[in-house]
Amino acid sequence: MTIDELPLAKALNAGLRQAMLDDPRVLLMGEDIGPLGGVFRVTEGLQAEFGARRVLDTPLAESGIVGTAIGLAMRGFRPVCEIQFDGFIFPGFDQITSQLAKLTNRHEGALSMPVVIRVPYGGHIGAVEHHQESPEAYFAHTAGLRLVSPSTPGDAYWMIQEAISSNDPVMFFEPKSRYWHKGPVDRSGSALPLHASRVVREGTEVTLLGHGAMVNVLMQAAQIAAAEGTSVEVIDLRSLSPIDYEPILGSVQKTGRLVVASEAPGFVSVSSEIAATVAERAFYSLEAPVLRVTGFDAPFPPAKLETVYLPDADRVLEAVDRALAY
Amino acid sequence: MTAAEPLQLLGPDGVLRRTAQTEEYLQLVDALDDGLLRRFYRDMVVIRRFDVEAANLQRQGQLGLWIPSMGQEAAQVGSGHAARPRDHVFPAYREHSIAMIRGVDVLDVVRLLRGVTHGGWDPAEHANFHLYTLVIGSQSLHATGYAMGIALDGASGTGDTERDEAVIVYFGDGATSQGDVNEAFVFAASYRTPQVFFLQNNHWAISVPVSVQSRTPLYLRGPGFGIPSIQIDGNDVLASYAATRANLDAARGGSGPRLIEALTYRIGAHTSSDDPSKYRDDAELDAWTAKDPIDRYARWLRSRGEGDAFFSEVAAEAEDFAADIRARTLALEDPPADVMFDHVYSDPHPVTEAQKRWLAGYEASLGGGQS
Repeated sequence: MTIDELPLAKALNAGLRQAMLDDPRVLLMGEDIGPLGGVFRVTEGLQAEFGARRVLDTPLAESGIVGTAIGLAMRGFRPVCEIQFDGFIFPGFDQITSQLAKLTNRHEGALSMPVVIRVPYGGHIGAVEHHQESPEAYFAHTAGLRLVSPSTPGDAYWMIQEAISSNDPVMFFEPKSRYWHKGPVDRSGSALPLHASRVVREGTEVTLLGHGAMVNVLMQAAQIAAAEGTSVEVIDLRSLSPIDYEPILGSVQKTGRLVVASEAPGFVSVSSEIAATVAERAFYSLEAPVLRVTGFDAPFPPAKLETVYLPDADRVLEAVDRALAY
Repeated sequence: MTAAEPLQLLGPDGVLRRTAQTEEYLQLVDALDDGLLRRFYRDMVVIRRFDVEAANLQRQGQLGLWIPSMGQEAAQVGSGHAARPRDHVFPAYREHSIAMIRGVDVLDVVRLLRGVTHGGWDPAEHANFHLYTLVIGSQSLHATGYAMGIALDGASGTGDTERDEAVIVYFGDGATSQGDVNEAFVFAASYRTPQVFFLQNNHWAISVPVSVQSRTPLYLRGPGFGIPSIQIDGNDVLASYAATRANLDAARGGSGPRLIEALTYRIGAHTSSDDPSKYRDDAELDAWTAKDPIDRYARWLRSRGEGDAFFSEVAAEAEDFAADIRARTLALEDPPADVMFDHVYSDPHPVTEAQKRWLAGYEASLGGGQS
């Protein structure tokens, strides 16, 4: 066993490096990802190791990054694009949703689009406007895209490699508030396929579900609940599209209660989609309605208010109490 | 920088313009054999007849939409023949003659506009002629990315014209206002891509004149991006051929991207849903009709000794071509409903598979409805 303790950003760096070693057609492109290593240093050292022909500092234009990545994929490359911050993805939205997501379909299967778009997302870093958002739902709504989000360094290391191996476009949402948190990275093998969700804490009375940085909040809530005598199960969603429902439905059949949490606004969200599907597919197992704990349906607030906006363990536990009250 | 006269090798009078400026381009024309010179004419005439037939089919309810190319044949046929077999061609959605030149059965364009498919052909099997792109200007970035890939692969700039590859991308005057086209200029210049940007300035973006898109001649934008540019008479098939040949070869040779602005005119409507009588006057149309690309080329061919037999033969071929398109259009079948799920993803996907199964069961439950 080769297990290292790495921060999530370093695990991503190691995963990207391994993918580049494994396949010479993998290349990285984005703003400031060369000598600087990206604003979060996720690509640190990779241009020095692989050269400027495989780690491209691009002009400052997100549509240009995604649109040229499409052309490179047509040429047989496997581009990995870094979008600098969540709120900066929208200049590239058209190329992602109207082109990248639809090109395989338009070509009736004659063309694959193995493009990964890495998006540091979410709050908890005290940053200015457009730097703390959770735009997953915009992309989850678009057929042709796959969406994943690791919560741990171990998953980050493997999931980025699996995303690069995918023959479909993958939106890779990186929980930026977890970049500097360490965890074990087992380089000997991946425990799960890319699109699997995973029970990360077993319990019997309520199921909590979330992805990315929210998983850590859910684990805190579960610990507090346990101290108060409530047994809570926690599931790391990992894949936002497609969603692996079997572990979720299995858990709900056991606990009868589900709380779905995310940093994103709740209206027309991934959380809403899961709530609706679980209500359809596990109706007779439910003891309470599926509850959502999400960011508010207001623009992400100035940083001094982010702890109010972002669901914390207390808000999750408030929902747990409501679920148990039915 | 001031605007120069557009490059013209063949005037509306059907006479070659031999000047110091045209000489280097005329050498490329002089090198063409008679077969290819006749082919230029044949392609322009056939595609114009095809255009009329497809428009009629639309009016008869056989197509959802038609996108005419009438008036732009010279810009397209000349540049289409200038690309080499290994080159990649990224069209907008009006380049029917180039599709034909690159080996696409233009019935596939009809299928697209009938609503049978979103694509129609596999570029890899049709001389690298890529699919039409309907969001204005998006393809300029795909072309630039592809050209970046050629450069990264070392497949350009070796000095071997037969081996080196290049890209040509088509777009219109309206597209020059899109961010994507401007970003494509930036990326292409930055990475010195082996690429020609071929701008067909047909003077109208549906109902909006080019003066709303730009207060400067569009080719003059190129130098601002660091892209050498030339403006040509887009109704002169020889200028289109020669300028594209020279610039594509320069780009493939490693000297970076080029911009060609071809001045032409959309004689017809933007699409079958458009009504140009609401926004442009007859005098403008008449002035451009007098500069028709096919008429002037026919005059030149006659001046070189081409006789009635050839022109009759091409006219008959065009009629046959149109009749064949009509017959095959009427025979087109609707696609089976479940194909909508088949290529949403390349790798297996649980949602599309489940919905495909559900639809099959639902349709079966209706008792032998739609297949």
